[in-house]
Amino acid sequence: MSNAKVKAYAQALFAIAQAEGAADAISNELYAVARAYESSDELRNVLSDATIPSERRLQVVEQLIGTRANRATVQIVSMIVASGQVRDLPAVFDEVIALSSAGNDQDLAEVRSAVALTDDQQTRLAAALSKATGKTVNLKVVVDPSVIGGLVATVGDKVIDDTVRTRLDNLKTRI
Amino acid sequence: MNQLVVSVLAAEDPFVSHHWLFPEIGEIIYGGLASVIVIGALVKFAGPMVKKSFADRTARIQKQLDDAAAAKVTADGDAKNIRAALGDIASERARILAEADAQAAAVLAEGQARIISEIAELEAKAEADINAARGRGSDELRNEITVLASRATPLVVAATLNEQAHKDLVEGFISKVGAGR
Repeated sequence: MSNAKVKAYAQALFAIAQAEGAADAISNELYAVARAYESSDELRNVLSDATIPSERRLQVVEQLIGTRANRATVQIVSMIVASGQVRDLPAVFDEVIALSSAGNDQDLAEVRSAVALTDDQQTRLAAALSKATGKTVNLKVVVDPSVIGGLVATVGDKVIDDTVRTRLDNLKTRI
Repeated sequence: MNQLVVSVLAAEDPFVSHHWLFPEIGEIIYGGLASVIVIGALVKFAGPMVKKSFADRTARIQKQLDDAAAAKVTADGDAKNIRAALGDIASERARILAEADAQAAAVLAEGQARIISEIAELEAKAEADINAARGRGSDELRNEITVLASRATPLVVAATLNEQAHKDLVEGFISKVGAGR
């Protein structure tokens, strides 16, 4: 899917979320789905396998988020899966959360951490990133064990990386 | 009968001389004249031929002697030339041998120098190859260690990071980012 098509899908989905009156919540849930899709090979294989009937794949979506997410969120995810565009699901949903943040005059700040952050840590981290970038940030924390330790924050084009993984990679390069 | 024979034998025979040594006078005269005639004829007719024959023989012998002397002179000259040639051959042989020895020595020296140079090149190349192989071995070993270490390190580090360490890392990040501007 081209970048323009991704943006078009995202704008349509964000419009739906706004129409539902829960743009922020739906955007956050779509963002969580995108991260789950990225991190789970099994989920990715099931949802992208064209040999599995679409009804079965939609059942999987329903079982995963049917009782925990907005109805609109479930319907959006189901629509993407049914349309056969599931491979572009992360890109589309990331664009949705970016539109949501921009609508709130915020920049999306994606932070990856090896462990879950407490609310206090998230608050102080959002404040620190806002101070560092000069913009109000919409903080999204992704638990990613591959970073091993520490955090990496992406705000727009800016990346602040202080992960153990990157330190080890730098050490490996020097060796 | 016997008496008859004796009488016959006793009769005078014209073909029997009266002396046991000397012939009859007539025979001497006739014989002497015949001898003079024969000798004179021989002297007159055969003498020049005999004389010429002797002169020719003398001349032939003299010629043979002269030829022998000339041949001896020629032989002496040839012998001298041969001796001189032998001397030249000996000196030429010595010169050729000396030249051959010099060429052989030059070839040997050149060959030795070339072989020494080639040996030095081969030794240098072998040493370079050994060093390169050693370097490759070291590099391969280093790379292998690096690969193994890079694979093992994240696992070891992740296993050693406890909750407090994670918290410290997060707090350190927040502090660093907050102080960055």
